Amino acid sequence: MGLLSSTGTLLGKELLTEFRSRELLTTTVVFILVVLILFSFAINPTSEESREFGPGLLWLAILFAASLMLQPCFLREQANDTLSSLRLAVSDPFAIFLAKLLANTLFLLLTEILMLPLFAAFYNVPVLPQFRYLLLVLFLGSLGVSIAGTALSAISAQARMRELLLPLLLLPLLTPVLVVSATVSVSLLDREPVVQWKGIGFLAIFDFIFLTALWLFGEYLLEE
Amino acid sequence: MSSLTLPPTGLRFENIDKRYGGLFALRRVSVEISPGECVVLAGRNGSGKTTLLRIAARIVRPTAGKLSFPGASSETETAGRPGYVAHSTMVYDELTAEENLVLFGKLQDVPQPAARAVELLREVGLYDRRTSAVRTFSRGMRQRMAIARALIHRPSVLLFDEPATGLDPIGISWLAKTLGDVHRSGCTVVMSLHGESEISALATRAIQLDAGSVVADTNSGASLRSILSFGGA
Repeated sequence: MGLLSSTGTLLGKELLTEFRSRELLTTTVVFILVVLILFSFAINPTSEESREFGPGLLWLAILFAASLMLQPCFLREQANDTLSSLRLAVSDPFAIFLAKLLANTLFLLLTEILMLPLFAAFYNVPVLPQFRYLLLVLFLGSLGVSIAGTALSAISAQARMRELLLPLLLLPLLTPVLVVSATVSVSLLDREPVVQWKGIGFLAIFDFIFLTALWLFGEYLLEE
Repeated sequence: MSSLTLPPTGLRFENIDKRYGGLFALRRVSVEISPGECVVLAGRNGSGKTTLLRIAARIVRPTAGKLSFPGASSETETAGRPGYVAHSTMVYDELTAEENLVLFGKLQDVPQPAARAVELLREVGLYDRRTSAVRTFSRGMRQRMAIARALIHRPSVLLFDEPATGLDPIGISWLAKTLGDVHRSGCTVVMSLHGESEISALATRAIQLDAGSVVADTNSGASLRSILSFGGA
């Protein structure tokens, strides 16, 4: 089975198991919701502050929620040693990563789209006028978070203190994504919106570089 | 039990070392297993049986040495992938028995994976529970699932790591019959066992490991029984 067909089959499995258990989506949605509500009390929603700080807080919430969501990504493959059966079954181990990171990106995007109306309401920021660009930034940012997070999840799942290790590795690594995504989002949600193509380009390049690195070295991350 | 569609494959370990940090799990292991043999790996806990099987399954990469599959060709790549039954079931608890088998069938290019899954579920006696999630299965049923998963792509090499663990006497008899059928179909079988049983009676050869090294290798009746009984020590 080729890379794409293996990835498609595994992606179907990831979606099926998640929609049956709803563990990751529920946790992520609730976490982002709580963070958005709590921070909304700290910022006056009628002021310019909310436009300036709101997107940054949204991305911070997304990043922390992602670290929660990515933790079980490879950890739950260990319960029954299913990672070994997948490695035995697929001809290209990159398919395992690709399916997981696509599933994580989809779950993150779904959560973000669900949260956007609430973000708009709590922070008094209209998101619809620039929705398509915002969606592009959310997609590229989430993809970056998922690529790096999926790789680090594979590493941390085999380590001691794995619950601590993933956020410790993930958060510093994703600082550039967080900063650029937040900056581009602030510009998009400004009273006079500007599309920062340089920032969007940076996100695309970050995703490309990390995806290539994962393709080249991912096999070694799956080894015992 | 399903027959092979491709020529059987052997296993060749050449000077295999496996180190975990400073600890040698395997030390210069050289063994050749001919196509169609039924080999029992015996030895005390920690002697390296599981590591050798995981290297054979290509789940673990050896620190040094070479593993090859004599008889396997590019045409037999899928069947050349060993079927491996480990201590854990290696299937998804959240999926049903049928979904698990179809998933692994599709990933291994099994023609008509759904039909093959149903065929195997009948063979392992789980057809009536095909739509139940695996998490609802008993230990014995899980072991049957694990065996069905390992057989889904009609492998030419089967690796079993203490396959009788958790099975009751009826389950052990069923497993012995199943393994016998698989072996008669031409499949090369390598399994780790503790002590003599109905399953060990299938063995045509026994290899004893101690501290990561091969200390005995025989296919003669008395020596074979002696190694198998020692393996349970």
